[in-house]
Amino acid sequence: MKFLEKQLDKMEPLFLKGGKLEKLYPLWEAQDTFLFSPKSVTKTSAHVRDALDLKRMMSMVIVALIPCIFMAMYNTGLQANIAMENLGVDSQAGWRGAVLDGIGIGYDPGNFLACLLHGALFFLPVYIVCMAVGGAWEALFSIVRGHEINEGFLVTGMLFPLTLPPTIPLWQVAIGISFGVVVGKEIFGGTGRNFLNPALTARAFLYFAYSNQIVGDTVWTAVDGFSGATPLGAAAIAAPGQVVQDMVATVGSMQNAFLGTIQGSMGETSTLACIIGAAILIATGVGSWRIMAGCVAGAAGFAALLNWAGSDTNAMFAVSPLWHLVIGGFAFGTVFMATDPVSAAMTNPGKWVYGALIGAMTILIRVINPAYPEGIMLAILFGNVFAPLIDYFVVQSNIKRRLARYGA
Amino acid sequence: MLEHYLSLFMKAVFVENLALAFFLGMCTFLAVSKNVKTAIGLGIAVIVIQSITIPANNLIYSLLLQEGALAWISPQLADVDLTFLGLISYIGVIAAMVQILEMTLDRFFPPLYNALGIFLPLITVNCAILGGSLLMVERSYNLPESAMFGFGSGVGWALAIMALAAIREKMKYSDVPPGLRGLGITFIVVGLMALAFMSFGGIQL
Repeated sequence: MKFLEKQLDKMEPLFLKGGKLEKLYPLWEAQDTFLFSPKSVTKTSAHVRDALDLKRMMSMVIVALIPCIFMAMYNTGLQANIAMENLGVDSQAGWRGAVLDGIGIGYDPGNFLACLLHGALFFLPVYIVCMAVGGAWEALFSIVRGHEINEGFLVTGMLFPLTLPPTIPLWQVAIGISFGVVVGKEIFGGTGRNFLNPALTARAFLYFAYSNQIVGDTVWTAVDGFSGATPLGAAAIAAPGQVVQDMVATVGSMQNAFLGTIQGSMGETSTLACIIGAAILIATGVGSWRIMAGCVAGAAGFAALLNWAGSDTNAMFAVSPLWHLVIGGFAFGTVFMATDPVSAAMTNPGKWVYGALIGAMTILIRVINPAYPEGIMLAILFGNVFAPLIDYFVVQSNIKRRLARYGA
Repeated sequence: MLEHYLSLFMKAVFVENLALAFFLGMCTFLAVSKNVKTAIGLGIAVIVIQSITIPANNLIYSLLLQEGALAWISPQLADVDLTFLGLISYIGVIAAMVQILEMTLDRFFPPLYNALGIFLPLITVNCAILGGSLLMVERSYNLPESAMFGFGSGVGWALAIMALAAIREKMKYSDVPPGLRGLGITFIVVGLMALAFMSFGGIQL
């Protein structure tokens, strides 16, 4: 480490003003501050209380995501291996088959490592494309506009692949992340200045532009000819009175849905992994527990209300709050997307309102809108749009209360 | 019955939001959304105008303009069709309403009157207002329905402009590339907001 630090310091003059590589300063700066704390200290009266700067904060999100990434790889492989066993396929098609056959680990769904490796061969290409294309945009903008490359992008680039199905074509990943990074974030000036979550902007763009590859029954498992619906997809077309049965039929049991060994986008299936992530985020103070609690309360409350109201024509009304919480991307969105400190509400009462709005909207879209079986993505974008307005009203009411307390 | 009106209201506010689903009234929407306070004022003005003009135009349409509507005066007029006068009558009603609203604001809320400036008279030719009346005719709403629709579409538009104004206030801290500053970035923001509002697309109420 000492050696590395010396090397970086030796290179510094090259990149400073007047140096040969002055234009590439953001690239050097990103390396330097990622590995070591910056040497510059606050000069005026505002003082930072601890070492948790923006970079360390974003890195904590990555750490919290590790269980989800792990489950994403394992479950993608597991689902593929189960499907292959059922269909009687011996070997995965294409280069992935060649790699797996070369290693000779096989396709046994019971073999933990085989599943993990198989899933990794689907997750990693998506992730690499995402980082390469998104990173290139980020670097281009930071060099041209002269701002720093921020770890916020690492989070975006990690969250986005986790929200995609394993069969997504890689060129779509590239287009999606380009839209998310450029239109969702960089044209507003980079990390901390956007108003929508960039990862979700990217996914919403793909969702509306190329919906064939991101919804339906055939995209969730990476085996040709296999068709399996997500629990929400199955519930949306179920007959009244059959919803819970149909959903259980797709996932086996609620325990499976909780652990995450079900059909779905790569990272969203495991509620357990998301809860571990939530614990890390809350313990380190990076993610807001108010937003998470608001989301859960909003979703559970609204689902219970719909349960109570009931409906003869819409079968989704009967899905219990507990099921709503464990299936689909609810847990993932609540823990990692809704808590994005940039696009969420900033004030404490505002966070509750914002969270509850997202939770209720998620259930509303799932239940009432037949066009979309899953609602968390659009619900969070909707929450992002109204977050500044919620903050505005909270601030105004605080001002009014203070005026009343201290007299005009 | 109550359910019918409630779903009509929800549809007008969210599913068929005049600003973010139909992109009507863009001129005022983009120009008067610089701060939330003015946006709230304009939003309320639009709600008031919509909830009065749409039922008023509904009456004019069903009692005077519609084919056979004049039969109540004398049976000889039963086959008179005055629908071609629709546009001009609706605009007339809207202009009169805006004039009254303008005088009321000038008299009772001078700060808001000054803040809205030229955009208050411009509500007259705001296509969200006229569009509301035309949609009402096209969907042949009856009087209570058009009152609900008018109120709902006004609320939807007001909500959209308030959200946009709050986002633009927050964007004071953004660092937008010079070429996009001002209206350019606002168009993109509106597009992204419409993306979020697509969550309602496809809801059948």
